[in-house]
Amino acid sequence: MIVSSKTTKTRGFEFPNASGQKVLCSKNVSQAIGFTVLVLCIVFALMFLGSLIYFIVANGLSVISWEFLTQVPRRAMTQGGVAPAIVGTFYLTLGAIAFSLPLGLACAIYLTEYSPKSIAVNIIRLSINNLAGVPSIVYGLFGFAVFVKVFGFGVSILSGSLTLGIMALPGIISASQEAILAVPQSYKEASLALGATHWQTIKKIVLPTALPGILTGVILNVGRVAGETAPILFTAATFYTRGYPDSIFSEVMALPYHIYALMTEGTRPEVQTQIAYGCSLILLCLVLTISALAIILRQRQRREYGS
Amino acid sequence: MDLEVKIRSRNIDFYYGKTQALKKINLDIYSNMVTALIGPSGCGKSTFIRLLNRMNDLIASARVEGNLMIDGVEINDPKTDVVDLRRRVGMVFQKPNPFPKSIYENLAYGLVINGIKDKKFIEMRVRESLEKSALYDEVKDRLHDNALMLSGGQQQRLCIARCLAVEPEIILFDEPCASLDPISTRKIEELILELKKEYTIVIVTHNMQQAARVSDYTAFMYIGELIEFDLTEKIFTVPKEKLTEEYLSGKFG
Repeated sequence: MIVSSKTTKTRGFEFPNASGQKVLCSKNVSQAIGFTVLVLCIVFALMFLGSLIYFIVANGLSVISWEFLTQVPRRAMTQGGVAPAIVGTFYLTLGAIAFSLPLGLACAIYLTEYSPKSIAVNIIRLSINNLAGVPSIVYGLFGFAVFVKVFGFGVSILSGSLTLGIMALPGIISASQEAILAVPQSYKEASLALGATHWQTIKKIVLPTALPGILTGVILNVGRVAGETAPILFTAATFYTRGYPDSIFSEVMALPYHIYALMTEGTRPEVQTQIAYGCSLILLCLVLTISALAIILRQRQRREYGS
Repeated sequence: MDLEVKIRSRNIDFYYGKTQALKKINLDIYSNMVTALIGPSGCGKSTFIRLLNRMNDLIASARVEGNLMIDGVEINDPKTDVVDLRRRVGMVFQKPNPFPKSIYENLAYGLVINGIKDKKFIEMRVRESLEKSALYDEVKDRLHDNALMLSGGQQQRLCIARCLAVEPEIILFDEPCASLDPISTRKIEELILELKKEYTIVIVTHNMQQAARVSDYTAFMYIGELIEFDLTEKIFTVPKEKLTEEYLSGKFG
């Protein structure tokens, strides 16, 4: 028997027939609306990012010059360059890496490879994740209390680096843990089955395989803290230095703090604001370069290992 | 020919947490013979083979009872050097698992971690193991290419070569052809027949024809128990147990 009604019966459930254009149409319309909304959201988000970059570049570019990049500030910050601040930020970042990379990596190795499954270890994991949410000014105060006062490092590159390093630590540990956990179990088994010890397996198989992920995590997290102001506010940064730092115990100028200082102090806000935009541009370039480095590194390693 | 017992298993019970995976396994594995372990999924054959190089140590909740001896020495003894045991008992896994390194580095790895530094010796051993695993001609011009560029079958032969490089006495094959095509499978099987001259081989397989083709002895396991163990030709022609016969004739599995 040929059924020629407007609906086809499938196990007693009625579907609108293909000729029931209305239903089909409304399905497509709702899909189109959905897509449009999503695209609009993306455009909206990108617009903010785009305008941020535009304003910084448009306002900052005019003050950027060779002199600006290489000279020390003169005349109460209204002339000359910001070279000491660039150098200071560079040292602080380097110091933060030197401190947080080995420590974070060691923690991640212990937590993924050695720690027993216990409540205590779970609490440690949880606390590490929670540390990532501590406001940066709190890190700043902590750094001041511990490094500047208790350890007596004073307001210095060392105190600032340690504070920034601690702030980057939770992110580095999480990223390293993820990278280590992503190493296929089959690699570890193959290594152990050949008579390698657990430590040899970690050193020669697990870490090299996880390295791109670990480095990406380190770079991104250090890049994030490199632009922070609050943690170095009481631990490392100073408003003005005549020259460049000569030891890790010197206080330094740093780009984020310099921007803050230019916008809150001084007597010629109109000139200082321009310089602040210039500093922002440099800082932005620095952080974006660091991120780009991480991406390139990841891509290259991915190609090599064909994962 | 005199049969020499290489591996002796007595009353082996094995637990994953509270689940018992092996029940009173008594089994002798002879030197320079290929012993196949067959049985339906979940029968414990992989669990058993992973006891022989203590790979189950990696599972936190695992517990083993009974005696398991290689050359008369108890391997679950706390004094046993697991690292040395694993060097002597090589393993080839279900999925080819070369390291994401060059072919050469894959083969040299086992030697390097066992403390060999002599470059000439390593080079020689790399070549020997590749020849033994019938891979040398295919890769001799690209030893420094990434091992992951090889085909699945080549990767598996590389894994066999990697295992041979550290001169084991026993080689465990855990379903080595599960992810390979028929031609690659045939190559691996030919290799196994060649290798038994020098090594004691234990192979876990889902493929009954494979067991029939490569093994001298066959053990049939079912839900954690060893049902029957005998010469392969006997198991396949005149099995003593009804369960074995039913499994081999495809009544279940």
